[in-house]
Amino acid sequence: MRALVWHGKHDIRCDSVPDPRIEEPRDAIIRVTSCAICGSDLHLYDNFMPGMKNGDIMGHETMGIVEEVGPECRNLKKGDRVVIPFTILCGECDQCKRGNFSVCERSNRNKDIADKIFGHATAGLFGYTHLTGGYPGGQAEYLRVPFADRTHIKVPDSLTDEQVLFLSDIFPTGWQAAVQCDIEPTDTVAIWGCGPVGQMAIRSAILLGARQVIAIDRVPERLSMAKAGGAITINFEEESVVERLNELTHGKGPEKCIDAVGLEAHATATLDSMYDRAKQAVMLETDRPHVLREMMYVCRPAGTLSIPGVYGGLLDKIPFGMAMNKGLTFRMGQTHVNRWTDDLLRRIEQGQIDPSFVITHRIGLEQGPEMYKTFRDKQDSCIKVVIRP
Amino acid sequence: MSGRGTQRRRGRRTDSTLAVAQGLGWFSIGLGLVEVLAPQALARGLGMRGHERLIASYGAREIATGIGILTARDPTPWIWGRVAGDALDLGTLATGLDGRNRQREKVGLALAAVAGVTLLDLLCGRALSARRSGRRLARHRDYSDRRGMPQPPEAMRGAARDFEIPRDFRTPEALRPWTSAA
Repeated sequence: MRALVWHGKHDIRCDSVPDPRIEEPRDAIIRVTSCAICGSDLHLYDNFMPGMKNGDIMGHETMGIVEEVGPECRNLKKGDRVVIPFTILCGECDQCKRGNFSVCERSNRNKDIADKIFGHATAGLFGYTHLTGGYPGGQAEYLRVPFADRTHIKVPDSLTDEQVLFLSDIFPTGWQAAVQCDIEPTDTVAIWGCGPVGQMAIRSAILLGARQVIAIDRVPERLSMAKAGGAITINFEEESVVERLNELTHGKGPEKCIDAVGLEAHATATLDSMYDRAKQAVMLETDRPHVLREMMYVCRPAGTLSIPGVYGGLLDKIPFGMAMNKGLTFRMGQTHVNRWTDDLLRRIEQGQIDPSFVITHRIGLEQGPEMYKTFRDKQDSCIKVVIRP
Repeated sequence: MSGRGTQRRRGRRTDSTLAVAQGLGWFSIGLGLVEVLAPQALARGLGMRGHERLIASYGAREIATGIGILTARDPTPWIWGRVAGDALDLGTLATGLDGRNRQREKVGLALAAVAGVTLLDLLCGRALSARRSGRRLARHRDYSDRRGMPQPPEAMRGAARDFEIPRDFRTPEALRPWTSAA
């Protein structure tokens, strides 16, 4: 089959690779009908996440048709149409029983390595480093789904691929980011980053009833999409984020802040981000946490910071004393996708939201390597790429 | 919502890339003054006697560049001018690493300091150049029709209030009164 394969920094190719096969009794094989490039794939493309190996298949936003099932995968059959959540869940461990699927205790097959790095392993993820299991990803013609009897979302034929594909990651991720804020009708929610997750978080915050949603980015087309979703926008290259946020909240700061940026903040304009870039260049720091610092500074005391943006390792100059004294609450983590998807699928079916609004580019697999670059450089007004293998 | 204040702030255009460039401009002037006013002391400290006039001329260059950065509408070329000057400084300092120079440890420290500033200059120059080309190529698509919801946001606000936040995701009761916008 053909797949998008990681060969090193900025080197993704459309290769021919062996077809996946059933390896465990709970496995299924799906024929991929649609998949997408995620912003967090760019952290792999830019080689900021440890644990990738030459030959790894990319992709964790995938859906398709079941082709084959293992003997213990009894609730799926050939021909079923499924979206595959990026977090692999066994459904049986203590964490899964609590709904904490992204820290499933059994699905990470490289638990010994992950234990050493993280203290305790997190769930297996598709196409996202060997620290999370080293599972081949879904930017391919076929995908092997481990624990497939739990790791799937059945979707009705009445909805198109583009309407439901993002149940795999960005929609529940934006939703969880907003849910982590426990939004009240009086709240101002400030969201850093208007990429796909930021866009979903904006709409989730509106649907959950935030009084005011403020979106921060510098890319005009992303800001225009954020505004369409109901956000007041701040272009951080043209205005002071702190001044504007204080102005919009009568000097008190937003109650809830969402970091939909993560480890590659592009605030090229600030001293601290230049410091981060310099340290990152000489490998003294893995992440550029400008957004975290800004959120901690501007958030209202006793407020909440929700962090769906991906961080990889060591962060420097985090003003934790400020956070402690302000009594901030931090909520973060990979998304417990299946915890939210029944509800979100119902909202899509009811027409409350159509996540396909975010798609700007549609391509075939062979165009994938070039589109990674386009997406990374935010060229051609690219916000979200859907691939049809 | 707070229209006039907002407009005023936008008009003021607090751009921190420019703030960094301005900082580099003042640094340039400060360093330039030291080089112009005390070239002998610098040459002595670095074990590079005989280079006093060269150091003073470098100081003049620094002052000119600093003034250029602080006064130009677009400081980008002046920042790149600083990068070129940094290269000159590094090259000159490198001659002081000669094994016969007893002050070569100080020269090494000076080299490290200049290298650090060079990196800052480079990053600032890149950021400014990116802004320039970004402005030139500002042919972006307008996605203001990409609402994703059937009604305008104002009508959709709170449409998902039927969603019950799970207990483990709720704000601790003790903090709840303090986050209220009242």
